[in-house]
Amino acid sequence: MFDFSVVSSWIHQFLTSVMPEGLAIFLECLVVGVCILAAYAVIAMILIYMERKICAWFQCRIGPDRVGKFGLLQLFADVIKMLIKEIVELKNTDKFLHALAPYIVILSSILAFACLPINKGMEILDFNIGVVFLVAVSSLGVIGILLAGWSSNSKYTMIGAMRSGAQIISYELSIGMCLLAVAIFTGTLQFSEIVAFQADGWLIFKGHIPAVIAFIVYLIAGNAETNRGPFDMPEAESELTAGYHTEYSGMHFGFFYLSEYLNMFIIAGVAATIFLGGWMPLHIPGLEGFNAIMDYIPGFVWFFGKAFFVVFLLMWMRWTFVRLRIDQLLKFEWKILLPIGLFNLVLMILVVVFKLHF
Amino acid sequence: MDLKKRILEIAPETQFVEQGDIKAIVPSSSFYALAKKLKEDEDTSFDFLLSLTGMDFGDSLGVIYHLESTKYGHTCVLQTSTTNRENPELYSVCDLWKTANFNEREVYDFFGIRFINHPDMRRLFLRDEWNGYPFRKDYDMESNPLNMTNEVTEDKTTELTIDAEGKVIEKENTLFDDKEYVINIGPQHPSTHGVLRFRTSLQGEIIKKIEPYCGYIHRGIEKMNESLTYPQTLALTDRLDYLSAHQNRHALCMLIEKALGVEIPERVQYIRTIMDELQRIDSHILFYSCLAMDMGAITPFTYGFRDREMILDIFEQTTGGRLIQNYNVIGGVQADIHPDFVNSVKKFIPYFRNILKEYHDIFTGNVIVHQRLKGVGVLSKEDAISFGTTGGTGRASGWACDTRKRKPYAMYDKVDFKEIVYTEGDSFARYMVRMDEMLESMKIIEQLIDNIPEGAYQVKMKPIIKVPEGSYFTSVESSRGEFGVFLESKGDKYPYRLKYRSTGLPLVAAVDTITKGGKIADLIAIGGTLDYVIPDIDR
Repeated sequence: MFDFSVVSSWIHQFLTSVMPEGLAIFLECLVVGVCILAAYAVIAMILIYMERKICAWFQCRIGPDRVGKFGLLQLFADVIKMLIKEIVELKNTDKFLHALAPYIVILSSILAFACLPINKGMEILDFNIGVVFLVAVSSLGVIGILLAGWSSNSKYTMIGAMRSGAQIISYELSIGMCLLAVAIFTGTLQFSEIVAFQADGWLIFKGHIPAVIAFIVYLIAGNAETNRGPFDMPEAESELTAGYHTEYSGMHFGFFYLSEYLNMFIIAGVAATIFLGGWMPLHIPGLEGFNAIMDYIPGFVWFFGKAFFVVFLLMWMRWTFVRLRIDQLLKFEWKILLPIGLFNLVLMILVVVFKLHF
Repeated sequence: MDLKKRILEIAPETQFVEQGDIKAIVPSSSFYALAKKLKEDEDTSFDFLLSLTGMDFGDSLGVIYHLESTKYGHTCVLQTSTTNRENPELYSVCDLWKTANFNEREVYDFFGIRFINHPDMRRLFLRDEWNGYPFRKDYDMESNPLNMTNEVTEDKTTELTIDAEGKVIEKENTLFDDKEYVINIGPQHPSTHGVLRFRTSLQGEIIKKIEPYCGYIHRGIEKMNESLTYPQTLALTDRLDYLSAHQNRHALCMLIEKALGVEIPERVQYIRTIMDELQRIDSHILFYSCLAMDMGAITPFTYGFRDREMILDIFEQTTGGRLIQNYNVIGGVQADIHPDFVNSVKKFIPYFRNILKEYHDIFTGNVIVHQRLKGVGVLSKEDAISFGTTGGTGRASGWACDTRKRKPYAMYDKVDFKEIVYTEGDSFARYMVRMDEMLESMKIIEQLIDNIPEGAYQVKMKPIIKVPEGSYFTSVESSRGEFGVFLESKGDKYPYRLKYRSTGLPLVAAVDTITKGGKIADLIAIGGTLDYVIPDIDR
């Protein structure tokens, strides 16, 4: 199994040999930061292309196919268009908050993105309360959304922001329940250890019933967290035109758009990490030969493969279902999903206590 | 029962005119009492106001009412007028028939007749500062130069009432007060299906009141018709409800043919019926697509558009037009059907019958759809009749209002089909009515398509058509309700007044009643299931 820490420690040794350690760490941080941003942008572009093609496939269409082969250059055209678009300044808005909101949203999304362990030894933010940290930073985004809705000084955006606040805060609970269930099972809150725990079988297989329930609840709640259909009430385009980001233009809108896609990837990435083993290859206890072959496939391939599989599931949901109504959405969370999550937590505890897992 | 006698008993001064349809001319003083009697008496019970038409007779201004009883099926036409052109006032009937509310505002807008006891005497289509009343014959076309200032929406409206001494006084009513959270849904909004504007008063997500504003694409088609010859007027009907283009034109052709007493060959009747039903399927597919899109599901939308394309191709093959076909003409149809027409229709029907199951699989069976539509936006049968919401909306409320059954025309009395009636009156019933109607339409087409008789596709008409003096009314079942045409002719080659009974205006008038207490998302779902088309409202 390829361990990325070999590369990173080699770079660290090389840098410390030519410069003082403080400067070396500073430089490393800079490089890592640039890498995160680059990966963020690249993944967002892949996701947008993927969504277009998949939704076209669901809808008996072709999707983008004019710019470049298979429409591949369409993305670059879109990015350039977005970058050179004017950022419209509106009358009677709170200018500072209006400009701040997209940065808060994207910051929270990047911080959460940095938590994902992509390969063995390739964790960026990895410490003993990683799961709690992830939940904390990803829920910062709602502040940006509320600010966006409030500062735009428009009734539509205000309704969108209020919906969004109610929705994200509610569904955060279900996500927390699922993550807690996993924490109980694995006995750790650190992502790298959660992945390591799954070396002899992914959690969804090891934890059987409670893990499957947690996975499904997590997918539903995660979809709601990212404001995507059928939970796209905050930006319900047929009701509120575009919800909280109605009044944004140019790259400020682009940030919301980017973070929506990346949040989807983060949800999928976390699901892949904690339920499907993250970068851990498929290991079946007892089949050593099979396991050895699986180990030849690098970890980041496994991770992205799983994450994009979950992304596909989320897209499938989005392009099939009708949008819920806000009261139904909240009722669904508080009366169905949260009780299931709590029940599942108890079930998981029982499974762990009585050692009923594999 | 002799209606004439009944009317004379209540209002002895009434005169009857028998040119075209029989019309009772009632003096304005006794009109309201007569209308009330006719509506409330058990043996007349005219509970459905089909059409309300403003008229400028030259020396006087008046209104023509087409009444119908849903219980007995009998109809009558009343006319009342006032000679006061400076300050014309008539009694309102909007407390008897709710649909009169919007119709009387339209008459006020175009003729300047003010209705006493009408709670909301504002213009309906034109802006408030419009000068004059454009449908009057003496209207000066130059009196409204292009106005570059913004219009302020007033929150106040006036009502005329009669005080104790019998004098007319003006009263001010409030639409929205200052403290209300009012948002504009429309005129540019993805779910109003065009440029319609709802001023919506909200309490959180809950709708307290809706005030529709129409007229953003009013083209004055009825006024334009008054300076066009009869064959020329046909071209404009397709632009009303563009999803019922065929049926609208069918109605006008039928009206003129009826007035002229022209016998239409059977081949034409077959073709017209098949085309009408194809158009209905086309419109209902679009209904399905747009409803799904409004509710956030874009995949069913593309499914619908994929299959609608096939119907449009069939239209294009024969008529050359896709959305607007310009196919019916007075005395027949424009051109004979394409040699491949029968084949392509026969290919389409089994395909579509199969694909309809797919529609139900992805949308109808979905649990979220049930939650969003069932029990949402209930319109009672009484309200449906009072508002005159014909078509699918009426039938979903349990009102069997299909014109094809009530007043059969073309081939409809010779084919076997079921009138789809649901009793729930909610959004889901409105949706299901249309889905089931597609099956019935296919059944009708199947019965006709193999037996189209040989013969002429057009009767030779005189180059200049003059309709004999009188007033005429015909209606057809368009894709979204009873579409009627009223013609007042003075024996000229131009119509003196041509009025279209809009299928959408009653629906928009009923929106406030239906959505009260619902959520914003319900308004979108209700709007989708009501299935109005804006150019039909703003004629």
